Amino acid sequence: MEVVLALGIGVLTAAGVYLVLRPRTFQVIIGMSLLTYAVNLFILSMGSLVIGGAPVLAEGADVSKFADPLPQSLVLTSIVISFSMTALFLVILLAARGLTGTDHVDGEEARP
Amino acid sequence: MTGLLESLGQHLTILPILLPLVAGATMLLLHERQRRAKGIISILAAAASVAAATSLLLTVNDPLTSEVVVYRLGDWGAPFGIVLVADRLSVLMVLVTNVLGATAMAYALGRWATLGPRFHTLYLLLLMGLSGAFLTGDLFNLYVFFEVLLAASYGLLLHGSGKRRVKAGLHYVAINLTGSLAFLVGIAVVYALLGTLNMADIAVQATLLGPADLSLLKAGLGLLGVAFFVKSGAWPLSFWLPTTYSAAAAPVAAIFAVMTKVGVYVILRLATLLWPAGQALEFYGSSWLLYLGLATVIYGSFGVIASTELPRAAGYLTLVSSGTLLAVIASGDVAVISGALYYLVGSTLGIGVLFLLCELVSRGHAEAPAAVGPVFSDDFETALASEFEGVERGVTLPLTTTLLSTAFFLIAIQLTGLPPLSGFVAKFAMLSAVITSGANGYANAPGALAWWVLGVIVASGFAALIALTRHGVKQFWAGADTTPTAVRPFEALPVALLLVLLVALTAFAQPIMRYTAATGAGLRSPVQYLSSVLPNPEAPATPEGEH
Repeated sequence: MEVVLALGIGVLTAAGVYLVLRPRTFQVIIGMSLLTYAVNLFILSMGSLVIGGAPVLAEGADVSKFADPLPQSLVLTSIVISFSMTALFLVILLAARGLTGTDHVDGEEARP
Repeated sequence: MTGLLESLGQHLTILPILLPLVAGATMLLLHERQRRAKGIISILAAAASVAAATSLLLTVNDPLTSEVVVYRLGDWGAPFGIVLVADRLSVLMVLVTNVLGATAMAYALGRWATLGPRFHTLYLLLLMGLSGAFLTGDLFNLYVFFEVLLAASYGLLLHGSGKRRVKAGLHYVAINLTGSLAFLVGIAVVYALLGTLNMADIAVQATLLGPADLSLLKAGLGLLGVAFFVKSGAWPLSFWLPTTYSAAAAPVAAIFAVMTKVGVYVILRLATLLWPAGQALEFYGSSWLLYLGLATVIYGSFGVIASTELPRAAGYLTLVSSGTLLAVIASGDVAVISGALYYLVGSTLGIGVLFLLCELVSRGHAEAPAAVGPVFSDDFETALASEFEGVERGVTLPLTTTLLSTAFFLIAIQLTGLPPLSGFVAKFAMLSAVITSGANGYANAPGALAWWVLGVIVASGFAALIALTRHGVKQFWAGADTTPTAVRPFEALPVALLLVLLVALTAFAQPIMRYTAATGAGLRSPVQYLSSVLPNPEAPATPEGEH
């Protein structure tokens, strides 16, 4: 479980970093989304992984059988924020495409 | 009446956050055409925030009351609930933000606010995000306020649209989104290690960590540092900043001058909490803070000289200002921090005025910035068409050019650090403290380093002097044949007010320096901060195995 999650986060981050550094705006936004997924998974894993445990504590129960609720609430916040930021970025991307006539991140094609 | 005042006093800490939020949300209900109502509401909200921040400052500075005011949201105590903490540092920052915010907002009402939709709401949300980031005592809450201020700043940067702004906006959004992701990873690492996100509790728990975990904590703090260095424009992460700031509309660029100080503030706050007094502020376990600051000052100085446009030079001056602060606060000495905070107030207001002046000065030379296509087309066109035609010329004040050049002269003196204005006093206080604290201040660094800091900062003043003199000559002497600049009293008044404040900052240097000295002392021995936020810091409130 831990290995699968760690590999998943690693692959998503690597792909995201590669795409963010590409010159096309669409690649950048996809890379940003992948990075966001990786970070969200990372936050979730920081509360240590528990399978089938409820995130609500009962009185006198064994704490190790429950999932940590705080990373779950943090990740919810960060999902909402990063989703809206991606939407905003998409608008700017479209405006830049319309105004500059190119999808290069610098607004002009690189000179050969 | 007294009962009302009393309950208002209780909730004073949250007012700088709530007032702009409520006012901004209310204005979404008004149509874009009701510009007068919008202007009045936003000015009132900003002025009320200034009043709240001022009275908060008087409260924390009052020797009879506690110097740290803790506001528990939902009455949940730290470390489980989120708290707002108003101490001398955060209140000072909130006051500077709101003063600059209110005046730049008044400036914008004359012209810029009519250039696109929802300017007032975005502007107030930016003020809310800034005040919240300064006041919060919780790391994740800080992230949320960062996102609030960033989201508002994305909208504001694009205000007025145009190819140049959209191009700059693309880079600005991309780098800040990436920085926020680094922030989140850092938060996650800190939480995994310490099981808390409250800043005071982090400071307490970090002392209990073993050596293996401590290095992981430093890695996490390093990731947080990347996010804050992007914000403050530290050297290798700052190439976007001059382009973005010079592309933004003048009043927006003015308030953006505070945004770089958010990064500096958070670094100062976390580093002073985590590294006990008598040590240099490290943040990474080495003297990176100092070297990054020096590199930023050097890069900024070259940029200032190389810029051919005034707004771009102002953008580089922002870098010089935050680089100076980073390099100097790395010393960790109380007297140095005190001087640095005094410098922060003067240079932030000064750069804000410079951005406003840039636009007033260049108005006579170039036509109004061409609004190309609207990004959001809904009620943009009606707003543009109805009012923008008639107001192009405005009232031409006699002696406009004389007044403008006087203002420019004052700002140049302030920013280069020449006597008699506060820029000089601040640099003198800072640098003399750097020299006298000497090798003790920079614990891990060689002894001659203090002189390097002195040399670099003085040289950056020379660079600014050369560049600003050149721009002044270009704008006011060489360009004398151009049409006279149209300045409306509405726009001249905020600029004049800020200049008066800068002069007052110099005249009342002694009480203000006394305040910043108390701030520095409070930062270096954060006992009061910790004991106010945490009911009993000796026995950590988090039971073992809580997470």
